Amino acid sequence: MTPSLFYAFAGAALCGIGLFGFIVISHLLRKLLAFNLMGSGVFLVLVGLAQHRSGPDPVPQALVLTGIVVAIAATALAVVLIRRYFHLSGKTALEDPARDTLPHQGPRKVREAPRE
Amino acid sequence: MKRDLALLPATAICLAFVSGLAYSIWQIAITIKPVDLPGLLGKNLDQSGVENPVTAVLLNFRSYDTLLEIGVLVIAGIAGISVARTSSLEDPELRTSDTLLYALQRWLIPLMLLLAGYLLWAGSDRPGGAFQAGAVLAASGVLMRLGGIPMDFLRPGIMLRLGLSLGFAVFLLVAVTSALHGGEFLAYPPELAKTLIVVIETVLTLSIAMVLLALFVSAPVNNAEEPEEGGSG
Repeated sequence: MTPSLFYAFAGAALCGIGLFGFIVISHLLRKLLAFNLMGSGVFLVLVGLAQHRSGPDPVPQALVLTGIVVAIAATALAVVLIRRYFHLSGKTALEDPARDTLPHQGPRKVREAPRE
Repeated sequence: MKRDLALLPATAICLAFVSGLAYSIWQIAITIKPVDLPGLLGKNLDQSGVENPVTAVLLNFRSYDTLLEIGVLVIAGIAGISVARTSSLEDPELRTSDTLLYALQRWLIPLMLLLAGYLLWAGSDRPGGAFQAGAVLAASGVLMRLGGIPMDFLRPGIMLRLGLSLGFAVFLLVAVTSALHGGEFLAYPPELAKTLIVVIETVLTLSIAMVLLALFVSAPVNNAEEPEEGGSG
């Protein structure tokens, strides 16, 4: 049980925590955070498992670096979409089509974009 | 009580998932690796044109991965500015006239630009490179935005789209050129490897910073909780 292997198991635990949050929490931003937690867990597993036997391995590290950048861009895009959704509907969670608990409020009037 | 019961299946799923993952990790850990990747990389490092193994993997041995990554970034950036609500990205609500921030900026921005340049240059023989430099550059851009410095090139127009796709275009150009010269796709000639990698890293830095910055400024900035009056703000 080397420290690197411990990192890999910690990554697995992070994945589980993230998955739990992703299933249970309905607030979109928190869902996104939970999903990012899952991603961080995957990165930890990749790096920790690769350097468990023979020291740091540059190949998975490079791939994880790529993954981090893609994850940041995808997260930023998701935040843009979530904010747009919130702006249009005033809700922070996706509607459940089965039951409509909230009194239905029509979509808000979108503010006019300032013309120049 | 009802909510606690609803959490049970989710907890069970997560526990099963984690135990399966941990079991796989253990299985992989106790088997001997068939290929010694770090050793293989160490033997070939002198052909890559850079001294840092991570940079060598990213921009030479596995540059296909990096090419596709910058493609993903460009798509995300274009999608982000496509859903931007303002036509100018100069929403007055985003402006702060904070004196402290403004004073701090005059110290921080040059330092951050310098740091970004250093990180880009350091990537060849120690940790650093296009992605770290691009992140620092984007952060300094965010700081400038918050201080209300007008940045006209961020208007969703032809300039922004050109800037977004610059890194990807140059990278693709190098790849196709090396393929046309009889080599493989993305296989640089060894004598030109260092130059090509530096050029690619520089344009990648600019493009990455621009994508992140575009995604930052393209989020709608007003608060939908307060109903607007008069339809202007």
